[in-house]
Amino acid sequence: MTKTMIEATDIVKVLGEGAGRVDALKGINLSLVGGELTLLMGPSGSGKTTLLSVLGCMLSPTSGSVCIRGHSTIGLSPESLAQLRRENVGFVFQSYHLFPTLTAAENVRLALDVRGDRSPLARGKADKALATVGLSHRANAFPRELSGGEQQRVAVARAIVGDACVILADEPTAALDSENGHAVMTMLAEIAKDPARALFIVTHDPRIMPFADRILRIEDGRIVDDQRRDERTGTVHALKQAS
Amino acid sequence: MLIFTLASRNLFHDRVRLIATVVGIVFSIVLVTVQLGVFVSFERMITMMIDRAQVDLWIVPTETKSFEGSSLLTGRERFSALSVGGVSDVTPVIIGYASWRKPHGGGATPILVLGTPTGGGALQPWNVVEGNLADLSMPDAVAVDKSYFEQLGVLGLGASAEIGSQKARVVAITKGIRSFTTTPYVFTSLERARAYLNVPANKVNYFMVRLAPGADVAAVRKRLAVGLADAEVLTSDEFRSRSRLFWLSDTGAGAALLGSAILAVIVGTIIVAQTLYSSTKDHLREFATLRAIGSSRRYILTVILGQALLSAVIGFSIAASIGLALVKATTEAPLPIVMTPMLTLGLFVLTVVMCAIAAVSAIRVVTRIDPAMVFAR
Repeated sequence: MTKTMIEATDIVKVLGEGAGRVDALKGINLSLVGGELTLLMGPSGSGKTTLLSVLGCMLSPTSGSVCIRGHSTIGLSPESLAQLRRENVGFVFQSYHLFPTLTAAENVRLALDVRGDRSPLARGKADKALATVGLSHRANAFPRELSGGEQQRVAVARAIVGDACVILADEPTAALDSENGHAVMTMLAEIAKDPARALFIVTHDPRIMPFADRILRIEDGRIVDDQRRDERTGTVHALKQAS
Repeated sequence: MLIFTLASRNLFHDRVRLIATVVGIVFSIVLVTVQLGVFVSFERMITMMIDRAQVDLWIVPTETKSFEGSSLLTGRERFSALSVGGVSDVTPVIIGYASWRKPHGGGATPILVLGTPTGGGALQPWNVVEGNLADLSMPDAVAVDKSYFEQLGVLGLGASAEIGSQKARVVAITKGIRSFTTTPYVFTSLERARAYLNVPANKVNYFMVRLAPGADVAAVRKRLAVGLADAEVLTSDEFRSRSRLFWLSDTGAGAALLGSAILAVIVGTIIVAQTLYSSTKDHLREFATLRAIGSSRRYILTVILGQALLSAVIGFSIAASIGLALVKATTEAPLPIVMTPMLTLGLFVLTVVMCAIAAVSAIRVVTRIDPAMVFAR
């Protein structure tokens, strides 16, 4: 039984006003379920990042609603949205966004620290997350001492350490060579098997399509294609077809 | 805690900026230390004679503004005072400016002659390091402070000079009795002071009143005031306040010292604010990342305030060390810099407050941060 982790209903997002007005999202409906890795692909300017920001509670939709594990974001203050993020959402960014003055282990532990988890167990959790991404041996290294692939793996550890139910990744392989990109995606696909977690990746990179359970295509602020791979047979079913 | 690790590492990460911040704080706090240290020293020296007298009440000519400057009492006040119940002792004081003519034709310098009855009453010279206080009862005898030797052209005990056109001979030397006006005090007997200053017989500047044990100061004061014309009765606290008010406020000296201190705080705040602001701007993406991963505003503010507090502690430690060195270096100076535990504590609080205020501009930047900027390519 799959569980819906995040649900977006009739999401409209208008950016700017007057002559600069852009209808970035035009009625997006989307559910992300646990244990599934979903890819969002589309050309530049199609609304991918805007949708990611809305799903990550960083941007409020102009209309429509986002529910994370049953909690609606409608009317929430920036502080409440931040709380929703820290309790439910993990992020992986294209350019890692690690803290250069903190070690790998401290970068991971930071995600727990912002949640107020400063117990002795927090170190153990951070070590475990680093072990999950295969970087236990680099725990005391600073970001500048890590390769791009290693930095991204630390970022993944930071995203999963707090047991977020949704991991949102923005072009996680864009800054990596194919070998590192493949390694990171293998790791993310493994993480996505957890039924308590939904993974949503925005990407331009067609090489990572084989890792997806579901592929969405967005164009001009609308989802125009939605395909899900059958877990048993490996066949692809179109849930929504581009017209 | 990781939050303070982040704050300290951010701070130490950019050493050049840290140095600029610390230099700003040190510059500002040392300047404030000097100004306030001089202010405290000034304040203490203004009331030094009143503090030293340790009497209960003062009979002073009306409209007396400070210890150093007053008109004359008729002298009859002494008898009125002695007739009031509760009064134990009434001691006259003569004080006034005169000219000290250095020995061997060395020119003249202004002095402040202070005359009291010899024999151990209130306001006798203290910290006598050479000579004998009892010798002040000898003709022409005066006591001077060692720190004014050069100014007075005195080489030691037995030195002679002229006050006005009358002889003076140094019979006692004190240490550490300095005047905030840099005009040396010259102690002598009441009679010699009267002669040096041309004060008419019986007239004096003040009467110092000591009460009998258990006497009610307020009640005695009230009774004393009844029979006085052109004079008033002040408690020592009132006389201190009046002297302080005159020298610190009416002359503008206090305003100048405090003004410089305030200016130093403003300059320090601006320097620290500028460096904290630019540091925050440089770490904006990190703060946006913090916000994106769900940190509260308070968490981010704690990081910035942590940086400010750490800067304050480092800056204050250095500034306090420099301040203490200055205090030591000026111990023998005419107007030494004074540091008290309260002043030190106050300066630390001031440093922290200054740095916290300096963090406001950085905080304003961070509170407006858009977490979605982490997606900007």
